[in-house]
Amino acid sequence: MKQKQSWFAVRQALSPIQARWLTLLSFLLPLMIWSIVSYVPFVWHPKVEITEPGGVSWFQEGMLIDRAIFSAEVAKARSENTQAPEGFRANPVYLPAPHEVAVAFYTAFTTEPKRRSEQWLHESLWHSITIIFWGFFLSSLVGVPIGILCGTFSAFSKAQEPFIEFFRYLPAPAFGALAVAILGIHDGPKIAIIFIGTFFQQVLIVANTTRKLDIALLEAALTLGANKMQILFRVVIPGIIPDLFRDLRILLGWAWTYLIVAELIGTSSGITWFITQQARYKNFDNVFAAIIMIGIIGLVSDLILAKLSKHIFPWERSQNKA
Amino acid sequence: MKNLHLPSYLEQSERVSERFKKLKEREVILEVKDLYKTFDSQQGEVTALKNINFKTHRREFVCVIGPSGCGKSTLIRILAGLETPSSGQVLLDGEPKSEPGPDRGMVFQGYTLFPWLTIKKNVMFGLQMEGKSKTTAESEALQWIELVGLSKFADAYPHQLSGGMKQRVAIARALANQPRILLMDEPFGALDAQTRFKMQTNLIDIWKNIDITVLFITHDLDEAIYLADRILVLKAHPGEVQEVIEVSVPRPRKPEQFLSPEFLATKKRLEELIHPPKEDDDEDSLHLIRMTRVGDDVEDIEL
Repeated sequence: MKQKQSWFAVRQALSPIQARWLTLLSFLLPLMIWSIVSYVPFVWHPKVEITEPGGVSWFQEGMLIDRAIFSAEVAKARSENTQAPEGFRANPVYLPAPHEVAVAFYTAFTTEPKRRSEQWLHESLWHSITIIFWGFFLSSLVGVPIGILCGTFSAFSKAQEPFIEFFRYLPAPAFGALAVAILGIHDGPKIAIIFIGTFFQQVLIVANTTRKLDIALLEAALTLGANKMQILFRVVIPGIIPDLFRDLRILLGWAWTYLIVAELIGTSSGITWFITQQARYKNFDNVFAAIIMIGIIGLVSDLILAKLSKHIFPWERSQNKA
Repeated sequence: MKNLHLPSYLEQSERVSERFKKLKEREVILEVKDLYKTFDSQQGEVTALKNINFKTHRREFVCVIGPSGCGKSTLIRILAGLETPSSGQVLLDGEPKSEPGPDRGMVFQGYTLFPWLTIKKNVMFGLQMEGKSKTTAESEALQWIELVGLSKFADAYPHQLSGGMKQRVAIARALANQPRILLMDEPFGALDAQTRFKMQTNLIDIWKNIDITVLFITHDLDEAIYLADRILVLKAHPGEVQEVIEVSVPRPRKPEQFLSPEFLATKKRLEELIHPPKEDDDEDSLHLIRMTRVGDDVEDIEL
């Protein structure tokens, strides 16, 4: 008995096949738009790439010229009876076609750094990952315990949260100059920016998650003879851990958004250095490749963590269904 | 029920009155003295419980019944130490109690098993809080799980169990600490009728086999009569003890007794106390007019 599932049933799960198609579509759709803009000349292509400068003295082969200017020059050449320039419609240099970016995914790794002191792409990426790791790790090391205490004891909550609530509105990059002054120009201030960007949100979110734990569980533990410490370590912490894990996954995503700003502070480094450097050389295919790589790293690490959580929290399986 | 000829609910057979006499000679486990509880609300001070006094004897089964809003839950939470009374005292074996502790086991209305622990570890929880070693706690826990008939599920997680099973584990978990009294706050309220009846029978069996005093809150009259030695009837606004009824239905209780004269007499009395005859201008009743289509031939349903 197979019933056809509607695509638009309100709050009903889709069949696995439907779900897979839509997931694929969510990636294919932007890719399709990009391809159309790149490969179908009459959609956009506002420039002309010169193949033959003709009589126009300032044209060079390979130059990108606005279409209007190009046609003006062609008309001028015709009226002056000089050789007309030739060229084909092209997109601006900052919009490489999908296949160019796909190639750049490989060549970006094999392109030798221009200077001895500069890093290969994989080294830049690794450097970024270590910055994220340390910023996020240090933030969690302090933020998670404080959040749990705030969520458990009103005294902690009242003593900490008002200030944190204020501080979280301060944009983390604003502390860039200060961080450099205190921590030097290398990795210190970058880790500090990730920390500042993550920590304050983290405390509030963890505190909230802790407060959402069913109070009846705490009362049950009290009637079973648990004292305060036991309540904290045997009930509160195990009770919130699956939600805590999910919070950290979301916060890790936020940490990545602070990465680019953090890496511009002091000496530019990591993937951001690579991106700015490549943009300077007008290698926009490499720029796109690097940006997409950040996305892939983020998505893959999140998927791994999600899979992991299913394995380490077996009692959560029932709630994961929805 | 008016035409039914019933004995007085006060009438007790010799066996039953003998049993009550013996029961009252037993030591007092829980005593509540001059208990008051008031809350501050937007309408001013509200008295939830007023002048509550009662005693429970060892191995007695007491049910507390009352209309909604009579403070049954507040009362049991005060007994458990989860809330503090405005005045008055709760004595357990003569000692005043104000904090929650393992000497008063509690089974809640909602499911309060720890979802991250298996059934066995849930039952071990209280034992380990006491400082018992893991192996002792484990072997004791398994015995309690066997008592509630769930040995097969010792390593399952709570979400894999049905509602009735979860409450059985909750009972085992509360009993594992060997409390002086078991407090039960409408523990079967969320279960369907069949499961609920099975659980009531299970509970009587457990109660018979161990040395435990039970205080059981319910709003179900049948449940109260089926389970209790004595029923404490509360009235609402403010919550006050209206009457303490000695249930004249002889033990061992059986489902057939639901229609016995003693059972019905007690139920009639409870009905009178909890659902007193309504006055005419009752706010709760619906004032409906007939809303059938003009010309439609719709017969009056009660003709």
